[in-house]
Amino acid sequence: MTAKTLLDIKGVETYYGNIRALSGVDVAVNEGEIVALIGANGAGKSTLMMTIFGTPRARRGTITFAGTDITDMPTHEIARLRIAQSPEGRRIFPRMTVMENLQMGASLDNLKYYDEDVEKVFTLFPRLKERIGQRGGTLSGGEQQMLSIGRALMARPKLLLLDEPSLGLAPLIVKQIFDAIRELNRTQGLTVFLVEQNAFGALKLATRGYVMVNGVVTMSGTGKDLLADPEVRAAYLEGGRH
Amino acid sequence: MANIAQASREETASPLQHGLREAFYAGIIAFGLFFLFIGLKTDQNISNELVLVPRWGLLTIVVGLVMLGRFLYVAYAQPFMARQKIVDVASGLLPDSVATRFFRLPYFIGALVVAAVLLLFAGSLDGIFGSGLAGYLRFFRALAIIYALASVLFYFRAFIHNHFSALGVGVLIAYPIVVVLILALLTGSMAGGFQGSLKWVDNFGIQILIYVMLAWGLNIVVGLAGLLDLGYVAFYAVGAYAYALLATQLGWSFWILLPVAGIMAAFWGVILGFPVLRLRGDYLAIVTLAFGEIIRLVLINWREVTNGAAGISGIPKVSFFGLMSFNVSDPNYIAKVLGIAQSGAYYKIFLYYLILGLALLTAFVTIRLRRMPVGRAWEALREDEIACRSLGINTTTTKLTAFATGAMFGGFAGSFFAARQGFVSPESFVFLESAIILAIVVLGGMGSLVGIAVAAAVMIGGTEILREMEFLKHVFGPDFTPELYRMLLFGMAMVIVMLWKPRGFVGSREPTAFLHERKAVSSSFTKEGHG
Ligand SMILES: Nc1ncnc2c1ncn2[C@@H]1O[C@H](COP(=O)(O)OP(=O)(O)OP(=O)(O)O)[C@@H](O)[C@H]1O
Ligand SMILES: [Mg+2]
Repeated sequence: MTAKTLLDIKGVETYYGNIRALSGVDVAVNEGEIVALIGANGAGKSTLMMTIFGTPRARRGTITFAGTDITDMPTHEIARLRIAQSPEGRRIFPRMTVMENLQMGASLDNLKYYDEDVEKVFTLFPRLKERIGQRGGTLSGGEQQMLSIGRALMARPKLLLLDEPSLGLAPLIVKQIFDAIRELNRTQGLTVFLVEQNAFGALKLATRGYVMVNGVVTMSGTGKDLLADPEVRAAYLEGGRH
Repeated sequence: MANIAQASREETASPLQHGLREAFYAGIIAFGLFFLFIGLKTDQNISNELVLVPRWGLLTIVVGLVMLGRFLYVAYAQPFMARQKIVDVASGLLPDSVATRFFRLPYFIGALVVAAVLLLFAGSLDGIFGSGLAGYLRFFRALAIIYALASVLFYFRAFIHNHFSALGVGVLIAYPIVVVLILALLTGSMAGGFQGSLKWVDNFGIQILIYVMLAWGLNIVVGLAGLLDLGYVAFYAVGAYAYALLATQLGWSFWILLPVAGIMAAFWGVILGFPVLRLRGDYLAIVTLAFGEIIRLVLINWREVTNGAAGISGIPKVSFFGLMSFNVSDPNYIAKVLGIAQSGAYYKIFLYYLILGLALLTAFVTIRLRRMPVGRAWEALREDEIACRSLGINTTTTKLTAFATGAMFGGFAGSFFAARQGFVSPESFVFLESAIILAIVVLGGMGSLVGIAVAAAVMIGGTEILREMEFLKHVFGPDFTPELYRMLLFGMAMVIVMLWKPRGFVGSREPTAFLHERKAVSSSFTKEGHG
């Protein structure tokens, strides 16, 4: 694969106070790829996602996005480079309506696509359209997840970061979301970097995958290879859904 | 706790027995609480010695009233409310079923008749009944008028609810005119109307509107951006002193200094904003509290400039846009220009409209800003700061603009205050003021302009009304000064409102049409549950 590297993470170390959560992570996401990151609870996956956005900041190493060094860039400027995230815990705005939440996601420098994008999100999640005027905080968990992903899509991102998009969703909806990601990736060339506990689904969807253990990447390869790998199967797949 | 413990016995006890028992407990608690507060009083005797004066009578009365109140509440009011299947109606004032019993046509007519008769004989009340009884009658008359007004409001509640803002502004604009006309009718002369209106326009109108404006300004910081600011009065002080100093030293006019004061206050808002950028919640509150105190201490101690605790007096009045003056000695004094009788009321009425305009400006700007990216960013900031940043919002500038905008309106209000009083001193800018303004914002429902205006009217108007309660002197003796109890009542009212409506008068946030929204948002969805 000779595609251009969109996101390049090199030797990143992140600390919470004195606790080292990431100890030298190397991950690369190429343009047009879907990359999955799997790992046990507390491995540091969400920390990596947030480190890309600069909260918390990497203490060592570099993060490059589309040729720009974003390691020390303020978070809001990173976001304006068109990296969008549906973070862990969803972080939607609870007192704002569904519509207002989506508006918050819209990039303000490019409002001409606004109507079109809202329509796209609603085709993706018709559920949100039904609840357009409802407060974010009163949505069900799954609906909040949809809203969080929808809000991220409103930014017309070049790179979409998803932290456990399947969390709390019914299997049918999970399938829908994975299909939607694949669709966005195929038709619009959207690059996706996602963290998943649903390793089977994620690796099947992904072009490539990484396995993280205790703050370091221990394995990487194409989704198919990882799915076939006995170690991965033992640690993340056996006993799970196949 | 007591309620839970008694839940099991409840089935067997009748409401009456239950009420008696609760009254007994309430009596014990009240006795314990008030024994030292009310039962004993320290005083000085003739030879300046400190003596303890027991007031057993008063203590008995207070404890008795508490017991009676608790008994009536538990034995009658509680079962009654339970039977009523309380539904909080759209008007939110009272459960509908109770309200319709309370407001009935015969009662309304009765109240009108009582008020009319007592008004007709207003002048001769003292002569007929003696001053004591006349005081009670005047209080009774006020109650009748309030009841009649409340009935009208209740009858038109749906209409009022739908057109609240427009009606509110209309009433505020008409208020001084109506007051003057009514008083003119009662006293039989226009001059009498103007003279009598002073109290109503100044003590009630202007006073309330100043707090409405301050609370609306603080609402931008606390209600919208969610930054708890306990030192808001500092910006009020900056505005007041900016006008006081520049007007007395340089002789500049109010109309130039108003924006100057606003800009200076906004500047100080940014100064405060920088160090507290990383703080939230309690920590932010403490730093802003300290900031408010620092400004006040600087005003007290920087004597060369601020004249210290003595304050600055002789602050010039506002002119009528430079065309007419309100100083009797000036050649362009308003009464001379217009050829009407001299009266101090013109200035007050003018000030009333000035502060009304300033307050409406605050509201207008707030409403506009909420529909713009910056206002939306403020609200998002209140909800989730990290999410804000990862959506590309610069939280630094967002916070600073919130502080600066809120401070600017505080500064406007401050310069108005200085012009109205003609005198400023650090005493006007104590922490209590910040607390009152914040209390109004919280009571009104953070973020809601209408709720805040209502809260300001109730709280400030309520404490002003206390000054009118002369008849209380007949109850508690001639030494009784009702004003001293205003903070007590303020606190009580807050507790009651917070129990009754934990999110403030208007607790649900109104969604804004920010970008071109093509779908009308169904309002049934947007109502939030209590939580
Ligand atoms: N704010 C924080 N302060 C201190 N330690 C933290 C903080 N956030 C995370 N950690 C620690 O860092 C480690 C990595 O956490 P992280 O949230 O990245 O895990 P994860 O891989 O996303 O796990 P999960 O699959 O459960 O979401 C954990 O040990 C966690 O306890
Ligand atoms: Mg995680």
